[in-house]
Amino acid sequence: MVLTNEIIGQRLIDKFGNDVTGFEEPYGMLTFETPKQNNLKLLQFLFDDEVLRFRFLTDLQAVHYPSKVGRELAIVYHLHNLTDNIRIRFKIFTDINDPGVYTATKLFACANWMERETYDFFGVNFIGHPNLKRILNVEEMDYFPMRKEFPLEDQTRMDKDDEMFGR
Amino acid sequence: MLIADSPTLKYMIENHIKLPEGSIEKQTTTLNLGPTHPATHGVFQNILELDGEKIVSAEQTVGYIHRAFEKLAERRPLYQITPLTDRLNYCSSPINNMGWHITCEKLLKLELPKRVDYLRVIIMELARISDHLICNSIVGVDTGAYTGFLYVMQYRELIYEIYEEVCGSRLTTNIGRIGGFERNFTNKAFEKLEQFLKEYPAVLREFEKMFSRNRIFMERTMGVGPITAERAMNYGFTGPNLRAAGVDYDVRVHTPYSSYQDFDFSIPVGNTGDCYDRYLVRDEEMWQSLSIIEQAYQKVQEFKGAESDVFHANVPEYYLPEKEDVYTKMEALIWHFKIVMGEIDIPPGEIYVSVEGGNGELGFYLISDGGRTPYRLHFRRPCFIYYQAYEELVKGGMLSDAMIVMSSLNLIAGEMDG
Repeated sequence: MVLTNEIIGQRLIDKFGNDVTGFEEPYGMLTFETPKQNNLKLLQFLFDDEVLRFRFLTDLQAVHYPSKVGRELAIVYHLHNLTDNIRIRFKIFTDINDPGVYTATKLFACANWMERETYDFFGVNFIGHPNLKRILNVEEMDYFPMRKEFPLEDQTRMDKDDEMFGR
Repeated sequence: MLIADSPTLKYMIENHIKLPEGSIEKQTTTLNLGPTHPATHGVFQNILELDGEKIVSAEQTVGYIHRAFEKLAERRPLYQITPLTDRLNYCSSPINNMGWHITCEKLLKLELPKRVDYLRVIIMELARISDHLICNSIVGVDTGAYTGFLYVMQYRELIYEIYEEVCGSRLTTNIGRIGGFERNFTNKAFEKLEQFLKEYPAVLREFEKMFSRNRIFMERTMGVGPITAERAMNYGFTGPNLRAAGVDYDVRVHTPYSSYQDFDFSIPVGNTGDCYDRYLVRDEEMWQSLSIIEQAYQKVQEFKGAESDVFHANVPEYYLPEKEDVYTKMEALIWHFKIVMGEIDIPPGEIYVSVEGGNGELGFYLISDGGRTPYRLHFRRPCFIYYQAYEELVKGGMLSDAMIVMSSLNLIAGEMDG
């Protein structure tokens, strides 16, 4: 039997009911979202289920949407079933003022640094992480630079007087 | 290490020599390996706890050359992101460039002519050879054999000359465009490729002769830094390192891009996941790459007539026009200006594309909201992910093994720090 997006979606709905929503297939990859307290249950189910077998965490990162009030930070998981060669992606959304989500380090050893990176750049607080500290930035940093409130300089700005570079 | 009732300690107490607190109880030595150490081949630090020469624990620190590529990419049009990808794994930058261009093409739903795909395959496999060649010869250097490294440099140089013929630069190549190449391959490029295909097998055989069954090399690498397939997958290993542990996962086969399905090649796998297996897997992959290049070159030669001059898809919105047209044709001038100034809107979408990079699955996660720059771009950098396993790999080993494990994982600081 070939594992398809429909089978995966149906199996997830059978198990989690209304807790998995927003099914989409952008560019062929099944994408859905789940409430943030549900992420570990979902990861564990996807890992253990004998049909789904998503046992490879390809990638984990966050996206900041300042306009979505109450769900500003999206944490995106990319999983891969190496046996059937199919990938899925799911997202959890969290309030930026309460960015606590459960860590996946117990399930995937590789989630350790990915979560540290996500914490470092977005300030997502992974509850239960063994060593949640900054990884790429300096430890004294007191902000989360990948958030959208820190824009890069506008390359066409006119208000700056710079003798050396003539702006 | 001082033992509690040793004569040294007695002498020190009698003569009022004071040591820092805790230094007597501590039974291990802390060694800072890096951030700038001649043996680490890059800027990263390992804080090793040593019991004699045995490694008790290791703590890796990364981020010394973090350049915020993901943040920078949020303000850059597509073409200005290509030079950023160069600087990830700089031993095989053409793969990164093409991975990025393939991501853009998938997002834009472009169809590419077959000849472009095959030319890309040639360049990507050359890049893989140069990457593996450096990695394997560096493992040789760390086990004490410098000659192999210097010898194969000559052929990396030849690969770089081929890049130079195609795109004009050597290390940070910025090769290709969205939709193809910036110019057709010159005859000189094909000549150099032929020269490479002719001369390289003998060199690689000689290189193998120097290492594969070399007693010293085998003793230094066998059983050093092993990992099981299960642990390797749990740690997110990809590429040659995962294959050395016995998992036949290769992006080129699992999700073919750039017409890799048209080629006949096999994926070498190891079984113990130690440094020796990693060496052997990389070595065999070079042979496979060589065979892929030969097949691709043959396929390129089969194109006749107008088809044999195709080197890019017909996408004026995204493909930078030729300079001559820019000076003589109005439309080309307009497109040139819009592309260079970054005034092309990218269609909204969310896409994850990965290619088989020099040391694993190099992924690009791109979210576009319809603006001129990506809303979010994330690079899945294989080095960053598997460097976590370093402690598990070196624990219980000797200090000198730590170096070999580091170089045989093919850790590239540029890719790690992103």
